[in-house]
Amino acid sequence: MRRHLPGLLLVAPALAIILFLFVVPLVGAFVGAFQTNAGFGFGNFVKTYQLYSRDIVFTILIVALSAILTAAFSVAIGGYLTLGSNRLAIVLLRWLYRWPLFIPFIVVGQILRTFLAKNGLMNNIFVASGVVSPLHTFGMLDWRGVVIAFVWKQVPFVTLLLAGAMASLDRGTIEAARNLGASRLRILIEIVLPQAAPTLMVGLTLSIVTMMSVLSVPLMIASQSPTVITVDMAFRINAYGDYGVANALGLISLVLTGTVAWFYLRQTMREAAR
Amino acid sequence: MSLVATEADFQRAGFFDWRWIPRALGLGVLAFIIFGPLVNLLLWTVAERWYFPHALPLQYGFSYWGRVFAPRAEAMSSLFTSLLIGCLVVALSLVLAIPAGYALARLKLPFRSIVLLALLLPNAFPNLPIYVNIARLFYQIGLNGTVLGVVLVHTTHGLVYAVWIGTAAFSAIEPELEEAARSAGASAMRAFFDVMLPLAAPGLMASAIFVFLDSLDEFTGTFFVGAPDVTTLPLLLYTAGAGGNYQIASITALILLVPSIAFMFVVERFLRADVLAKVGQ
Repeated sequence: MRRHLPGLLLVAPALAIILFLFVVPLVGAFVGAFQTNAGFGFGNFVKTYQLYSRDIVFTILIVALSAILTAAFSVAIGGYLTLGSNRLAIVLLRWLYRWPLFIPFIVVGQILRTFLAKNGLMNNIFVASGVVSPLHTFGMLDWRGVVIAFVWKQVPFVTLLLAGAMASLDRGTIEAARNLGASRLRILIEIVLPQAAPTLMVGLTLSIVTMMSVLSVPLMIASQSPTVITVDMAFRINAYGDYGVANALGLISLVLTGTVAWFYLRQTMREAAR
Repeated sequence: MSLVATEADFQRAGFFDWRWIPRALGLGVLAFIIFGPLVNLLLWTVAERWYFPHALPLQYGFSYWGRVFAPRAEAMSSLFTSLLIGCLVVALSLVLAIPAGYALARLKLPFRSIVLLALLLPNAFPNLPIYVNIARLFYQIGLNGTVLGVVLVHTTHGLVYAVWIGTAAFSAIEPELEEAARSAGASAMRAFFDVMLPLAAPGLMASAIFVFLDSLDEFTGTFFVGAPDVTTLPLLLYTAGAGGNYQIASITALILLVPSIAFMFVVERFLRADVLAKVGQ
C-alpha cells in the first residue's frame, strides 16, 4: 500500500472531481426518479408514461434511423477511401468529408435551421433552379431536420475511425480477391466490412450516446411535439421545476443507452471468446 | 509496351475517362451537403435584408457586425465570459491532469485501467440527467448561476482529454532521461520540472486546446448550471436564434466555428504520432 501511496495521492484530485460531479449526480438521478411528494414510488414513471410515451418511441426511432444512416454513409465513404482506384478522387474525398467533425453541435443546429427551413437557402436554390415551385417548398424543421443534423455531424467521426481500421487491414486478401475478379462492392461487403465491423460498432455506440445527450440541436430544430426526450427533460425543469419526471426520463435515457452498450459488450465478449 | 490499353494510356491519348461522371456527381452532392449549410451561415452574417423567395440576400453589409462588436454589446460580454471560463477550465484541468498523468504514466498504481476508465465516464453516458442533478446540487450550495459552477461542470467533461492525452505525453518520454537527471543529482521535483514537463509540453498543449474548445462549445451544462446569470457564446447564439435574430446568431456561430476549424488543420502538428499511439493505454 505504501508503495502505491504517491501515485494514489496524485490521481486523487482528478478522481474526486469525477466522484462529486459525476457519480453523486448519477446516484441523484436514480434516487430522484423514484422520489415523489408521497415518498418513494413509481409515480414519476406513471406520469412519464402518460405524458411522454410517444416521445420515448419517437426518440428511439430518430436515434435508430440516424445510426443506420450514419453507418451507411460511413461505410460508403470509408470504403471508397480504402478501395477507390483514382488517387485524385480519394484525396478530394478525404479533404471533404472531415469538415463537420469539429463544428460544435450548437452551430450545426443554427446553420441547419436556416438551411432547411421552408424559406431557407436549400429551398431558395431549388426554387431558383426551377426544381420546385415557390408554392411547393418544404421545410424540414421536424424529425427529418434532427436526423439530418445528427448524421451530418456524426458521419465524419465514425468515418474517421472506420477508415483508420480499414486502412490497417491486410492488403493481401483484398488484392487476392481483386485478382480473382471480385468487384469492389463485393470486396467491401464480404472482406473489408466484416473485419472493420468492431470499429464501426464502437463508433456507432459512441454516436448513439452523443445523440442521446445533445440538447441544442432538437431544441433549435424540432421543439414542437413530438420531440426527443432531452427537450422534454429541459422543459420539465424549466417550466415546472419537476425533478421527479425529469429524472424518470433521464433514467430511461440511461437505460436505453445502457442497452446499446450492453449489446455491444456482449458482442465483443463473444468475438473474444471465439 | 503491352497490347492492352490501360486507363493512363487512354488519358494520354486524350480520351475522356467516363468514370469521372459518377465520381464528380458523388463528390458534388457531398460538397453541396457539407458546404451548403456553411455558405448559408456566411451569407446570413452579411445579409442586411433577406426574405423569401429571394435565393440570395437583397442587400449586403456589416451593420450587424458593428452591433455584435459594440463595446457594450451582449456579444462582447458573452465572448469575454466564454474566454474567461475556457481559460479557467484549462488551468483547472491541467492542475488536475499533470500530476494524474505523470502518476498514470510513471508510478506504480493499482487499478490503473479502472482509473483511466473512470475519467471516461462523464463522456460515456447521456449527460443531461447528470447536469439536471448537478444543477439541483449546486442550487443548494449557492454555485448555480456562478462562473465557478460552470467551470466545474466543463472541467468534469473535459478532464478525460486532459488526463488521457497527458498520460500519453508522459508515457512517450524515454524513462532513461528522467533517470539520468536523477543520477546526476537532481531532486525528484527538479527532474520533473526541468526534464519531464518541458518534454511533455506539446502533448499537454494539445490536451489544453481540446479542453478549451470543449468548454467553448459546451451548451447543455451551461444551460442548466449557468443560465440565466452566466451567458456564454453558445447560450447567446441560442437566445438570438430563438428570437429570430439570425444575423446575430450566425455571427456568433462563426466566432465559435473559426477556432474549431482552425484546430482541425493544426491538430496533427501538436499531437505527434508517438503520443497519439499511447492515448488510452
